[in-house]
Amino acid sequence: MDQFAVKVFVRLRPSVLDPAGEATKSASIKLGAEGIKSLRIGKMIEVKIEGNGENEVREKIDLLCYRLFANTVIEDYEYSLEKL
Amino acid sequence: MDNFTVGVVVFPGSNCDRDVSWALEGCLDIRTKYLWHESSDLSDVDAIVLPGGFSYGDYLRCGAIARFSPLINALDEFVKSGKRVLGICNGFQILTESGFLPGALVANKNLNFICDDVELDIVSSKGGWFNNGDEKQTIKLPIAHGEGRYHCDSDTLKKLVDNELISLRYKNNPNGSSFDIAGITNEKGNVLGLMPHPERACDETIGGTDGLFTLKSLILK
Repeated sequence: MDQFAVKVFVRLRPSVLDPAGEATKSASIKLGAEGIKSLRIGKMIEVKIEGNGENEVREKIDLLCYRLFANTVIEDYEYSLEKL
Repeated sequence: MDNFTVGVVVFPGSNCDRDVSWALEGCLDIRTKYLWHESSDLSDVDAIVLPGGFSYGDYLRCGAIARFSPLINALDEFVKSGKRVLGICNGFQILTESGFLPGALVANKNLNFICDDVELDIVSSKGGWFNNGDEKQTIKLPIAHGEGRYHCDSDTLKKLVDNELISLRYKNNPNGSSFDIAGITNEKGNVLGLMPHPERACDETIGGTDGLFTLKSLILK
C-alpha cells in the first residue's frame, strides 16, 4: 500500500457571487493594500490516503470531490497529490 | 385520513422539528412522527417534512453531510412512489444537495443572517402546495437564514420557468436569489423546497396563518 498526501482545492465557480470574498477584498483595500483586482475565498482540504498506486487513489479522490467535497452546481475543484 | 402520518425528520442540529410537529398536530390535527436520520424505514409515514435548522452544524456546506444519512438514501423510493416531501429552509438545502431539486443555496448576498417576515408571490400552484386562484396571490411568511440565496445556471432557470416549477418568488428579494426564487418543486410536483417557514405562520397569535395551506397540503394524494 502506498500512502499519499492530497490537497483538494474547492472554489466557487466564477459565475457565482462570493460575498465573503467581496467583503474581504473591501477590508484588504481599507488595510492599504493596493492593486487588488479580485479576491475570492475557497476551501482547501488535506487528505492522507492509502491505496494501490496513484491511479487507485485518484479514483477515490475523484469520487470524494464530486460527491462530497464540492457541490458542482456552485463549485469547481482541483487537487494535487504527493506520494509519501 | 385519520391515520395519515407525517414524518418529521430529525438530524443532529435540526431545530424546527418541534415547530413543524406543533403546527401539524396543534393547528391542523395531523398526526406526526419524528424520524431519526439514521432510520431508513419510511413504511409507516405518508408524507415527510425535512425541517429547518443546522443539520450537522452546516459543516462543509449546508445540507452536504445530511445528504448521506440512511434516511435521505431511503427518500429516493419514497419520492418515486409519488408521496409528498416538504423541505423547509435547511430542508430545502438538503433537497438541493441530494439532487431531489435543482440548483443550490449559497450565502446571502449581503452576508447577513436575515430574520424577517417577507412578502411572497405565489407563481405556481404545481403540486397543490399553494392556493393560487385566478388573481395573483401574495402571502407573508417568516424567513430565517444565512445561506438562502438560490443559485442555478441559466439552462436550469429556463427549465424551472418553462415547466412552472417556481412556486414562490420574493416581492423584495432579501438575499440576492436568482430570479427572486424562494421555493421550487420537482417536475412531478410532489417535492417542494422553500426557504420561508410556513410552520411559523400557522396561528394568528404569532403573526399570521399564511403557512397553514402549505402544511395542510401535505395530506394531498
